[in-house]
Parts: sequence; structure tokens; C-alpha cells
Amino acid sequence: MEVTTQEFKHCDLIKVKGRVDSSTAPEFSKALDKANENGRFKIAVEMSELEYMSSAGFRALLASQRNCKRYNRGEVVLVAVPVRIREALELAGFTELFKTFDDPVIAVGSF
Amino acid sequence: MTFPARFDFLDEIREFVAQVAREGGFNDKEIYSLQLAADEAASNIIEHAYAGDPDADFDVSCDVYGDTLTITMRDTGKPFNPSNVKLPNLKAGLSERQIGGLGLYLMRKLMDEVHYISNPNTGNLLTMIKRRG
Repeated sequence: MEVTTQEFKHCDLIKVKGRVDSSTAPEFSKALDKANENGRFKIAVEMSELEYMSSAGFRALLASQRNCKRYNRGEVVLVAVPVRIREALELAGFTELFKTFDDPVIAVGSF
Repeated sequence: MTFPARFDFLDEIREFVAQVAREGGFNDKEIYSLQLAADEAASNIIEHAYAGDPDADFDVSCDVYGDTLTITMRDTGKPFNPSNVKLPNLKAGLSERQIGGLGLYLMRKLMDEVHYISNPNTGNLLTMIKRRG
């Protein structure tokens, strides 16, 4: 797994690549937490090169969404979610907790 | 096959299951489901049955007979009773959403059958079955 954070004026674009499971989810969580520590609560998570995500990754996303939405200060949105990961998020009932976008430019512009 | 009860072996477990499933003629969507179910099951064993004991290990088998793939996992950790796991409420809003039990819930959704047998002498045996679509 590889996570990179790009800061835009109105939001952070966090790109996560590879596989997020119980082994790598803590590092993914750390990137999300880091943005919050920097006072950034508007986050777009870009997943176009994400191959796999288990419930450990879903848990990280949920924790971050809770933290970002507190006091209406922001939100986590998902971008370019690959079909298999989208299906798993749907099974877990997570799709209604996150706005999703196909295009990162539109996601970043939505904030 | 025996795997150390460590999260950094999840990749190998998923690859092992994928290889058997591919040879058994399962499609990409089914293979992803099998990998996810195996990962969730193994993660639960590592996290809960062994509570992070780095020296523990567990056995994983994966076999195809006809159109049916069977994954078994056998551990000698803490006894597990699935009826003690609360089902996640998928309708709950963001703040009430409980994350515990999600792995087991996904396993049941992704597989056709999930069975647990916990025996004080032989440990926990998980059997998961999926039929080719």
C-alpha cells in the first residue's frame, strides 16, 4: 500500500494505492489523522489504483468520516472507487455514508 | 497450509485462496469475494482468537470439488462463538454505526455457508463454502 497527500486550497486529496488490509490499514489511518492534525477536515480519498480493501480499511474511513463531520467542519468523499471495492462497501452498508465521485477534479471542486 | 498469526501474512493467504479459486474456474468477482472472506476470517483469528500473540499460527485449507470451493481455518486460540457477535446495524447513521462484527457479517454475505465449531480440545474450526455462479 502507498498513501500520498496533496493539499489543495479547499481540501486534501489523499491517494491510496495497492492493498489496504489489517496489516496496512494503520498507515492509511495515520494519513487521514495527519490531515486532521493539520486542521484539514475536507478530504477526498482517491482510489483509482486501489486493488483491495478489507473491513479494516472501511473502519479507517468511518473513523475519519466521524472526525471530519464533527462540528460541520468537513467531510470525507471517495473518488474513482474500483468496482469490486464499491461492491464490498455496498455490502457493508457504507455507500450511504460517503459521497462518491468519478473524477478527482470534480471531487476537489465540490468543497 | 500453516500461516503465522500475523497480519503481514494476509497477502499470502489471499493469494493462496485466489490461486485455488482461479484454477477451479471461479470468476474475478467471485475470487475477490473469496479473498475478502478469507481475509476477514483470518484477521479475526489473529486479532481475537490469538489477541496478537506473535508466535501463534493457524491452518488454512482451500479446495475445490466440482463447483464448490471450501475454505477451512483451524486455530487453537480463544474459543469463538459467533452467536455472541452482535450484527452490525447497516441502517444506523454515521454516529451510531458500530464497526464490530462487520468482518463476520461480510463473510456471511460473501460466502454461501459459514460454520464455526469450537471445541475445548481441538480448538476452533471455521468452514466457509462458496459455489461457482
